[in-house]
Amino acid sequence: MCVNIMKISEGPIYDSARRGPVALEEFRGIFQYRDLIYQLVRKDIVSRYKRSVLGIAWTLLQPLAMMLILLLVFSTLFQAIKGYPAYILSGLIAWTFFAQTTSAIINQIVWGGALLKQIYVPRTSFGVSAIGTGLVNLALSLIPMFLIMLLADVPFRWGLLFLPVAILFLAAFALGVGLIISTMAVHFPDVAEMYSIVLMAWMYLTPIVYPENIIPETYRFWFFNINPMYHIIKIFRMPILDGMLPDAMTLIAAGAVSSLTLILGWLFFSKRADTFAYYL
Amino acid sequence: MMTMDMNQPPQDVIRLEKISVRYRLPGEQIHTFKEYVIRLVQKQIQFKDFQALKEVNLQIRKGEIFGIIGNNGAGKSTLLKVISRVLVPTQGRVWIKGKVSPLLELGAGFHPELTGRENVFLNGTILGHSHREIEEHMHEIIEFSELGSFIDASLRTYSSGMYARLGFAVATTWEPDILILDEVLSVGDEAFQRKCQMRMKGFRNGNATSILVSHSMEAVRSLCERAAWLDHGTIRAVGPADEVIAKYRQAQAGA
Repeated sequence: MCVNIMKISEGPIYDSARRGPVALEEFRGIFQYRDLIYQLVRKDIVSRYKRSVLGIAWTLLQPLAMMLILLLVFSTLFQAIKGYPAYILSGLIAWTFFAQTTSAIINQIVWGGALLKQIYVPRTSFGVSAIGTGLVNLALSLIPMFLIMLLADVPFRWGLLFLPVAILFLAAFALGVGLIISTMAVHFPDVAEMYSIVLMAWMYLTPIVYPENIIPETYRFWFFNINPMYHIIKIFRMPILDGMLPDAMTLIAAGAVSSLTLILGWLFFSKRADTFAYYL
Repeated sequence: MMTMDMNQPPQDVIRLEKISVRYRLPGEQIHTFKEYVIRLVQKQIQFKDFQALKEVNLQIRKGEIFGIIGNNGAGKSTLLKVISRVLVPTQGRVWIKGKVSPLLELGAGFHPELTGRENVFLNGTILGHSHREIEEHMHEIIEFSELGSFIDASLRTYSSGMYARLGFAVATTWEPDILILDEVLSVGDEAFQRKCQMRMKGFRNGNATSILVSHSMEAVRSLCERAAWLDHGTIRAVGPADEVIAKYRQAQAGA
């Protein structure tokens, strides 16, 4: 009988008395377990489409169908917007990413629950992989986006190159929110249900299908400034529609909100992560 | 094969010092956030503490197969969770040298829609191996699991025995520093069980340490040199497997 002896190395030493901050341990873990994150993303994408005939094409069709529905419903109302289909679709893609990834993080933690009770893996890897899956879907849904831009006569401009930065902000914000919500959902399963209602309200409070200017001038300042998704969607949308960057204030606001949310979420999640195995 | 240097004193790979694990169970189950807030305001949350482990001290040495026995609810699984770093103890110090590989329960870390081969990658990375390492050992894993061409079929078509064989193959293809086996040697047919035991005995001559939790005294007696008997969260006896089993049996007969 042959047993492979792979490593005669001493292996890492774990000492609970000499443990660094969990948030940092998690961060290093993400790097060490990067292959796991790749596999988790792959699992999500492959398993979602494996049994469907159209497969991955659904990722392209879903936002398109949603856009068409909204277009039919709202086009007479908001005729004035130039390139309205592109306006809806760009907002919708960004929002869908946010809604899907944050909800997915909750589910991932629950799927991972059985695992987290048996083996140590960086607990943030489930959140990070949910974002990874979302990014793949986002990249795919940019294909119909560009198609609609062609059809709606929206020119392609250099400003589009700014899109990756906008996506980065969006991803950071989503990860931060997802980590906070999933930490709460581990302790109170109701949070998951509550969150889906919050998401719905949040979507209608964000200018995705309607133009900004339908909000009365007097409320506009507060209405938009307490909603981080307003800024984030704006910097996602402006390079696409107007081919230019948003003003510095919007950029700074969005950058600050998303990085702060991510840091806060990461710290909050890490602080509670050691107790997850007691609750899951 | 590695041989252990007999002149060297056995080295510890696991040291547990005064480990206590306390589960905090609410007096009544509170499931909704609303209920929680109301009770918090009313200061009516009563927690019942359940002490799963009480000041457990234990040293496990490099290269041994260590058995853990005890009745249901004695804290065996909790102890394993502490060792695999899944559960952070309420009190005490855990010192572990090397990487801990638990043999995962059926289904954990597998996805039914993926093929066996894809699941090997998923499971392998969960155990902390890199994509490359898994690729290098794929052939060996398929061979040990005796799955043949089933390896490229969806996992949902597998029988539970096939599941278990694949899981064991992935977990033990790399000689782990510390292998944790929680009541798992009861899966598969007899031929496969023998194969698993062979592999474990092979580890004993190397560097790997195995921890075996079992209700089968026969398995513990035949595989383990040393064992510990857990009872209501404390260690009642630790030492040569035969002696510990004898004490345990005596107490069972007395009760």
